Amino acid sequence: MASDIKILTDRINIPGIETFEVYRKNGGYEAVEKALKKMSPDEVVEEVKKSGIRGRGGAGFPMGMKWSFLAKPEGIPRYLVCNGDESEPGTFKDHYLMKNIPHLLIEGMIVSSFALGATKSFIYVRGELMYVIRILEKAIEEAKNAGFLGKNILGSGYDLELVVQPGGGAYICGEETALLESLEGKRGNPRNKPPFPAVKGLYQSPTVVNNVESISTTPWIINHGGDEYAKLGIGKSTGTKLISASGHVKRPGVYEIELGLPVEEFIYSDQYLGGIRDGHHLKAVVAGGSSVPILPANLILKTANGEPRLMSYESLSDGGFATGTMLGSGGFIAMDETTCIVRNTWNFSRFYHHESCGQCSPCREGTGWMEKVLFKIEHGQGKMSDIDLLVDVAKRIEGNTICPLGDAAAWPVGSAIRHFRDEFEWHITHPHEATQKGAVFSNESILV
Amino acid sequence: MSEKIEFTTERLKKVEEIIGRYPADRKKSALLPILHLAQEQYGWLSSATMDYVAYILDIQPVEVYEVATFYTMFHLDPVGKHVIEYCRTGPCCTMGGEDVYDHLKQKLGIGSNETTKDGLFTLKEVECLAACGWGPCFQIREQFYMHLDNQKIDEIIEDLSK
Repeated sequence: MASDIKILTDRINIPGIETFEVYRKNGGYEAVEKALKKMSPDEVVEEVKKSGIRGRGGAGFPMGMKWSFLAKPEGIPRYLVCNGDESEPGTFKDHYLMKNIPHLLIEGMIVSSFALGATKSFIYVRGELMYVIRILEKAIEEAKNAGFLGKNILGSGYDLELVVQPGGGAYICGEETALLESLEGKRGNPRNKPPFPAVKGLYQSPTVVNNVESISTTPWIINHGGDEYAKLGIGKSTGTKLISASGHVKRPGVYEIELGLPVEEFIYSDQYLGGIRDGHHLKAVVAGGSSVPILPANLILKTANGEPRLMSYESLSDGGFATGTMLGSGGFIAMDETTCIVRNTWNFSRFYHHESCGQCSPCREGTGWMEKVLFKIEHGQGKMSDIDLLVDVAKRIEGNTICPLGDAAAWPVGSAIRHFRDEFEWHITHPHEATQKGAVFSNESILV
Repeated sequence: MSEKIEFTTERLKKVEEIIGRYPADRKKSALLPILHLAQEQYGWLSSATMDYVAYILDIQPVEVYEVATFYTMFHLDPVGKHVIEYCRTGPCCTMGGEDVYDHLKQKLGIGSNETTKDGLFTLKEVECLAACGWGPCFQIREQFYMHLDNQKIDEIIEDLSK
C-alpha cells in the first residue's frame, strides 16, 4: 500500500518557507550539519547509493551509481551541475519546488557537492524562469550570510560557491551534455559520448549532472538514512516522486506520491486528481512527459495482462512499447474524449521539430517531415499511405541520433498510430469533418 | 546615427560580478547571462549590441551571433513594450489554450510575431513554459500569467494599455 508520506513537499505550505529563517526553524540545513560534521564524503555517497533513488529528470538512472562513476584525478576540479532546465512538455514540478522552497534545493546542493568534492557548483535554470532564478539567488545569499555557503562552512574546512545560470530558451539544454555546452556559453548542441560527463564534463573536468528533484531529495536521505528511503516505494522504484498533472482532470497540479500508487487511485481519488472533469470520459494519458508513448485509457489503468497499473518505473513500462509506456519525468497529461489525438500528435511533433538542435540529420529532417505529414492529415489533406510513412520516418530517427531528442520525437508518433490508428484513418476518410472545429473521432471502446 | 551601445554603470558592475562567477579562463560562460542583461536594457539584441557583448567578453562577434540565434528567448528584431509569449504546446492546448490565444490575437488585432501599431504589444508563440497544470499561460518578461481565460486576458491587456 502506498502511503501519503511527503519528503519533498511536507513543508511547502508553511508561510515564509522560502526564507532562510523559516526553513531553518523547520528542520532546514540539518542535513548539512550532519554531513559536514559527522560524515565523510564517501559516507554521503554510500547513503545515496543505498537509497536506490533514480534520476528524477526522466531517464531514471540510479543516482548513487552516477555519483560513483565520477572520475577523481588529482589537481583537477570536479563539478556538480543541477539540471533545472525543466522543459519536457507536461512537467512543471521543478518549477514548483524551486519557487516555493528554494532552500531545499540549496541544502541538497551543499550535501551533494560535499559528497562529490566539488567546490563550485552550478544550478542551471531555464531562462524563462528568471523570477525563480531571482528567488534562488536571494536564498543563496541568505544561506551564505548564515555560514552555510562560502569558505569553511560550519568550520568544517569545506568551501562551496553556488552559481545560478540562466538558459536562453532551448528544450535541448535539458540533455545533460547540451546543458554543459550551454553553460560554457555555446549553442546547446549535445556532445558525442563517450567521454561521459563523469570523466569530461564542464570545462573538460569530471562532472555530475543531476535533476532538481533528485538533488532536493538528498537532505532527507542524509537525515533519515538511505535504508529508510529504500523502504519507501516498490521494488526498484524506491521513494517518492513528484508528478506534474495537467489536462482534463479536476485537480491539475503537482503531487508527491509514494511510488507504487495505483494509477487508478491517482486519477480518481479526491486526494489526488479527483477524476476526469464532469460529464467526460478518460481517453488517453501521456504519463511521463510528452516524449513517452501515449496510452489509451484502458491500458493506462491496467496492463495488457489485466494487472492494475502502478505509478512506478517498472509497472508503467510493463508490456514494453507495445502496450506500456514510461514514468519519464512524471509529466502526467490526461485527455478526455474531446481531445483529437492527431492534433495533439501534430502539436508535439511541431515541438520536437522546433527544438531539434539540427546536428543529426535524422532528427533535423525527420522531425520536420513528421510535423508536415501530421499537419496534412490533421487538415484533411492526408493519404492512407501517409500513416505508414510516419511510422517509417519515426523508425528511421529512433536510435540514430547523438542524443535522445530523436527518440523523444519518434515515440509519441509511433505510439499514437499504434493505439489510435482508426483516428488517423478517420481524418483521411472524412477530410471535411476532420477540419471542422471541435470535431473529434473517438473509439468509444477505449474510453473509461 | 544609431545610439552608442553601452551598459549602464549599474549593469557594468553586474557584468563584472557575472564574469567573476566562472574560472578566469572560462569567461565565455558569462555569455547567456550577459545577453539577458543586454536585452533587459535594450529590449532586443541588435548586431551592434551583440558586437558590444563580444567586445566585453573578448570573443568573436560570430560567437555571440551563433548563440543569440540558437536560443529562442533572444529577440533579434525590435519588439513592443510588452512582449507576450504564449505557450502553444500540447498541455496548454489541452487546457483550452487554442481558444484563449485566438481571443488574445483578436483582442490585440495581431498575429504571432507581430507588434501592435502603437508599439505596445508584441505577440510571440513559444514552446512549453513548464506551467502545464496551471495553463493556459503566457509570460511577459519575468511575469507568468496562468489559468488564462478570455476575461482574464481582457483584464491583463486593458491593465497594461493604461
